[in-house]
Amino acid sequence: MADNFEPTIIGFTCNWCSYRAADLAGTARMKYAPNVRLIRMMCSGRLDPTFVLRALSGGADGVMITGCHPGECHYIEQNYKALRRFLLLRRVLAGLGIEPGRVKLVWASAAEGAKFASETTLFVEEIRKLGPLNWGKAVTGLENLQEEISKFEEVPA
Amino acid sequence: MTDKKLERVGVYVCHCGSNIAGTVDVVDVAKWAQEKLGHLGVVITREYKFMCSSLGQELITKDIKELGLTRVVVAACSPHLHEKTFRTAAKNAGLNPYLVELASIREQVSWVHTDKAVATAKAKAVVAGAVSRVIENVALDEIKVPINPNTLIVGGGIAGIQSALEIANAGFHVYLVEREPSIGGHMAQFDKTFPTLDCSACILTPRMVEAGTHPNITLLTWSDVVNVAGYVGNFHVTIKKKARFVNEELCTGCGICQEKCPKKVIDEVYEAGLGYRKAVYTPFAQAVPNFPVMDKENCTYFIKGTCKACEKFCPTGAIDFKQEDQLINIDVGNIVLATGYDLFDARRVSNYGYGRLPNVFTSLEFERLSNAAGPTSGNIVLRDGKTVPKNVGIIHCVGSRDKNFNNYCSVICCMQGLKFAHLVHERTGATVYNFYIDMRTAYKAYDEFYQRVLEEGTLFVRGKVAEVTDAARYDREKGKLIIQVEDTLAGKQRRIPVDMVILSSGLQPRSDAKEVGKLFGISCSTDGWFTEKHPKLDPVATMTEGIYIVGCAQGPKDIPSSVAQGAAASARVLDKILQKEVALEPIKAMVDKDKCSGCRICNGLCPFNAIAFIADDNISEINPALCQGCGTCVAACPAGAISGTGFSDEQIIAQIDGLLLRNLEPVGA
Repeated sequence: MADNFEPTIIGFTCNWCSYRAADLAGTARMKYAPNVRLIRMMCSGRLDPTFVLRALSGGADGVMITGCHPGECHYIEQNYKALRRFLLLRRVLAGLGIEPGRVKLVWASAAEGAKFASETTLFVEEIRKLGPLNWGKAVTGLENLQEEISKFEEVPA
Repeated sequence: MTDKKLERVGVYVCHCGSNIAGTVDVVDVAKWAQEKLGHLGVVITREYKFMCSSLGQELITKDIKELGLTRVVVAACSPHLHEKTFRTAAKNAGLNPYLVELASIREQVSWVHTDKAVATAKAKAVVAGAVSRVIENVALDEIKVPINPNTLIVGGGIAGIQSALEIANAGFHVYLVEREPSIGGHMAQFDKTFPTLDCSACILTPRMVEAGTHPNITLLTWSDVVNVAGYVGNFHVTIKKKARFVNEELCTGCGICQEKCPKKVIDEVYEAGLGYRKAVYTPFAQAVPNFPVMDKENCTYFIKGTCKACEKFCPTGAIDFKQEDQLINIDVGNIVLATGYDLFDARRVSNYGYGRLPNVFTSLEFERLSNAAGPTSGNIVLRDGKTVPKNVGIIHCVGSRDKNFNNYCSVICCMQGLKFAHLVHERTGATVYNFYIDMRTAYKAYDEFYQRVLEEGTLFVRGKVAEVTDAARYDREKGKLIIQVEDTLAGKQRRIPVDMVILSSGLQPRSDAKEVGKLFGISCSTDGWFTEKHPKLDPVATMTEGIYIVGCAQGPKDIPSSVAQGAAASARVLDKILQKEVALEPIKAMVDKDKCSGCRICNGLCPFNAIAFIADDNISEINPALCQGCGTCVAACPAGAISGTGFSDEQIIAQIDGLLLRNLEPVGA
């Protein structure tokens, strides 16, 4: 099983730099590991850490967060907010007993298709070494969680 | 979700010839989507050779009309290519364009993977993600805002001047801001221009005068842009007009103040440190505007409290020692940045000895030396001011194409080096050596100029110069500068003694390019040049709508290219002005007043100051005109009170689930 384990990875990209880096990797026909599936957001600052948890609990073995290089953010400095959230999230994951290495932050400018491709392949290998997460399968009883949460939300402030 | 009315989704898978179909089994993807995603509302899936063709688009528009589709997924290329195409097609068929989602199975799948089975499986996941997401899309309307017809141009070099004149001649108002006392830029410092050897001033100054006297151009020299707010069509700009200590209303530009000023200062800017100016000065005779500027740091009155010679002799009483910096607020619709370049500091290449060996000159110093209006009246002489050199070495690629400094080619240095070779040869009869890595003369009439310089007898050594030194080893080297170089064509080391060395220094981004980029909300490349929207198809626009980059601010280039870009940006600006209004992407954040607890976490997160706290209601509010839609506040709101249209939590979570193929079975089945 472990030998032919193919990780599933969700990648978050920003519209201006890293998504364009992925586009460039495509235009230049650079080959990389097919395990990453991308989501486009306007900015890495849009990344709600719960998106990462949702992906990990939903079957992803790793999550790659990508954005513009510090100082090059289309929205001036919002990638720094992504950086802060990423660092905090890794601590939270470690606290939950999940390897922090399952979440990775990569800066890639629109010109760095090669970097996007090589970092993706590298991350797939890192996750392959960590093995399957199986978090979603291991934890059951989540089906009614949303309902329970909404009960609390109805308590007047 | 379950109580929602089921959407009617159409999925269109593009072959893109063999670009996609060569690696992805598109027929299988379409079939699979029909079978597995039917419970999500997929009513039709089709595959077609070229979805972006008019026939392909017709498939979609026909289905929207006949099958009553409420959502469309096109699995094809990157949304950056054809999102607009398919959104427009949907719009023409009566469907809100924001209910269309693109699944990139070309750039992200077929072009980057090789195994057909694996690629097809990934393509399915990408399609499943897009279908999941599109269901959560909501109809959005473009926001139309009026365009202010005024334009701000920052930088009065040749690119900025050209841009200003084009717009002004079309009948619209331009504010041309320049931080030096005069417009003209680097071109005003040059002697001759390659390859025609036109006198630089002769072709530039008429343009400067035209810009200075044009009724549609407000010229603000000795001024800096200090603040920029707003967005395309509606920028609010604050300009600091530095005190000149000369009343522009009264000054006639007669020049008596400069004559009488007793203080001589080395002119580091215009004369590149080779000549002098006074403490009150116009940088050169043809300066536009012709009002002098008082250099406060060096003026005797400002230092010691006495002198005022200029004031005494000024016939119109224009000298005003009490003048203060002035802040000017203007509203403009578009902004063109023509902020130019800095010359690479040749001191950094310490082995070439600039700054240590007196007779090593930079290219800009040589321009001033050879300029008839320069400090030596155009005589090409050594640093002592009298000796005419007998041998001159011109070193190319100083600071360019060099891993220690800048990787890029500075474009102009080869032609500049050839121009210098010609001028030295013509005026002094000296033997001229050019040391080059590769000779790059790729432009109209450039290579012909190279041939001409070859025929004139200039010597060329192909190789990167290792060192310039005054340490003689042989008698013939005594008192000379020795250029140590590997001649890569002859395959041997050479030591060539010369009297004068000219460094054809490269261009580099302005030292404050990063801060300027930040001020205007545009980004710089890793080299530090401003980043254009598309390197080939949109070279003067930026990612920030309404802001354009021209000339060397965008990257090294010669005068013809700078002029072309200046004009190109003006065409884009005029296009915007004539449309009278601009459609903004409706991707904005919004606060749900009922959910906002007034915690103000979001307030400090917004780089555009779009979020204001309404103290009376104890809630935060987002100004949609200022919001750029990055979504950082959406992610940060602890109460989930902020939603981002176009990139909502629901859309992203649905896409995550789709990509992980968690949406293949109907809920509860």
